[in-house]
Amino acid sequence: MSYSDKIVEHYQHPRNVGSFDKADPNVGTGIVGAPECGDVMKLQIKCDDQGNILDAKFKTFGCGSAIASSSLATEWLKGKTVDEALTIRNTDIVKELALPPVKIHCSVLAEDAIRAAIADYKKKSEERQPATAGASR
Amino acid sequence: MKSPIYMDNNATTPVDPRVLDAMLPYFKEKFGNAASRNHEFGWVAEEGVEKAREQVAKAINASPKEIVWTSGATESNNIAIKGIASMYREQGNHIITQVIEHKAVIDPAKFLEQTGCHVTFLPVDKDGRVSAEQVREAMTDKTVLVSIMHANNEIGTINPIKEIGKLCKEKGVIFHTDACQTFAKVPIDVEDMGIDLLSCSGHKIYGPKGVGALYVRRKRPRVRCEPVLHGGGHERGMRSGTLNVPGIVGMGKAAELCFDNMAEETKFVGGLRDRLKDKLFSQLDEIFLNGHATERIPNNLNISFLYVEGESLMMGFSDVAVSSGSACTSASLEPSYVLKALGLGDDLAHSSIRFSLGRFTTQQEVDYVAERVVTAVKRLREMSPLYEMAQEGVDLSKVQWAHH
Repeated sequence: MSYSDKIVEHYQHPRNVGSFDKADPNVGTGIVGAPECGDVMKLQIKCDDQGNILDAKFKTFGCGSAIASSSLATEWLKGKTVDEALTIRNTDIVKELALPPVKIHCSVLAEDAIRAAIADYKKKSEERQPATAGASR
Repeated sequence: MKSPIYMDNNATTPVDPRVLDAMLPYFKEKFGNAASRNHEFGWVAEEGVEKAREQVAKAINASPKEIVWTSGATESNNIAIKGIASMYREQGNHIITQVIEHKAVIDPAKFLEQTGCHVTFLPVDKDGRVSAEQVREAMTDKTVLVSIMHANNEIGTINPIKEIGKLCKEKGVIFHTDACQTFAKVPIDVEDMGIDLLSCSGHKIYGPKGVGALYVRRKRPRVRCEPVLHGGGHERGMRSGTLNVPGIVGMGKAAELCFDNMAEETKFVGGLRDRLKDKLFSQLDEIFLNGHATERIPNNLNISFLYVEGESLMMGFSDVAVSSGSACTSASLEPSYVLKALGLGDDLAHSSIRFSLGRFTTQQEVDYVAERVVTAVKRLREMSPLYEMAQEGVDLSKVQWAHH
C-alpha cells in the first residue's frame, strides 16, 4: 500500500496518543471496531461543563490509515463544541489524508468513534444535570 | 548495510550472479530454438536445456526424462491437477487436497469441482500439517489424485509427504506435491517418498522468474497428463510451446547451486532465522510462532505480535521487506486463509508477519531487523487500546465488539 505523505506523517508522529480516566464525568469515551476486523479505535474527549472540547486522545489497533484517521480526528476535535464536532464527516478525513479507496472504512470508523465519544459524554452530562438534559440535545 | 533489507525470500529470491552468468549467453550468441533439429543454433540451445534437465532431476533423484519445463509452479500445478483429473476421469473423479495449499492448487481444484469432480479439502492441525491417516480416511474407490504440498509458503510447515506417498503407492493413487518452497533446499527423493508428480519453480531458488518444472513419473507407474496447452507437442506432449532456453538454463544452474550446498545453506540460513527468532522472543512478550516448531523450512519465521496490527507494524520498519497475513495488506480485506485454517482467531491473523531469509541475508541485517521490530511493536502497543485493555485485565474474547 503506498500512502500519502500525510498518512505516513500521522503514523510516524501521531497526535494525542493516550487515555483519560473513563470514569471522569467530563470525559466521553468511544470504542468502535473489533479485533477480528483488524481495527479497534478508542477515542476520548474531555470537555468543560459547557460542552467545549478541551482535549482529545486516542488509541488505535489497526493499519496505518486507521491510526492516521484517529490521530487527525483528535486534532480536529480540540477547540470545538460537541455539537460542532458532530459535523465532522468521514469524507473530510478521506479528503485531508488522501485515503485510498480500500481504506475509506478507516475514516468511517473514525467518524463512528467521534459520535460514540460524544454520545457517551452527553449521556454522562444528562445523568449529572437531568434538568438541562433536554437543552443539550 | 544496504537499504531496504529484503526478508521476503518465500515470495521470491534474487537471481544469484552465477545463475545470471550461466543464462546470459543464451540471450546472445546461443539464442537458438531448442526445437530446431537441423542446425547448430538449435543443437546448442538443446544442449543447454538438457543439461538443466539433468540438474533439476538430480535434485529430486529423478531421471531427466521425467522433467517437463513450464512457465512456473502455477502452470506445473495446473497441468498436474487438471491434467490428471482429465486423463484418469474414467477411473474416478475424486481428488484429495488440503485447505492451506497455495491458490495455484486450490483454484484448479475448485475449477474441477465445477466440471463434476469431487474434491476433499482436508483440514490441517494447529501447526498446519495433514497426516497420512487423514488422507487414508478420505480415500474412496473413486480417488485418482492426492495433492499435498511439501511445505507451506506462509508458515513454512513441512508435511509428512513420505508417509502420504507410501499410502498412495499402496492404494494405487497418484500423488502430487507442490514443492516450491523445498525444491533443492530440503532433501527430496521422489523414489523414496513415493512422489508421482512434483511442481517447482526457478525464482524461489535464486533462479529467474517465468520458468518452472513438473516432474512426471515414467515408471512404476507411468503417469500421463492431459496437456493444458496444446500446440507443437513439446515436452513429451505435456507442455507445448517454444522452450524458454535462458530461463531453463538459469533454473538448472540455480538448482545445482542449491542442491550442491544444501547442508551448508540450511545451516547458515537456519542459524540466522533462529537468531532472529531468539532476539524477538527474548525481548517481546505475547508473541506467537505460527507453524510447526521443528518441522519447518529453515528460512521461514512467521510470528503473530499480539495487540498490534500487521500492516501498521510493517510501516514501522518500512525499510524492511516482509509479508503480513493481515487483511489490510491484501486487496480482499480478508486475513490470511492459511492462518485462519490453523484455528488462529482473525485478530492473531491480522497481527502476523512472515520473515523469510535467504542466501544473501546477513547477520548484521538480522540484528538490525530485530531491533526495528522490537521498537515498532513496543511503540504500537503503547498506542493499542487492546494492549491497554489486556494490561487492565480485560478478557478481550469476552468484550462485545461493535462489528463493522
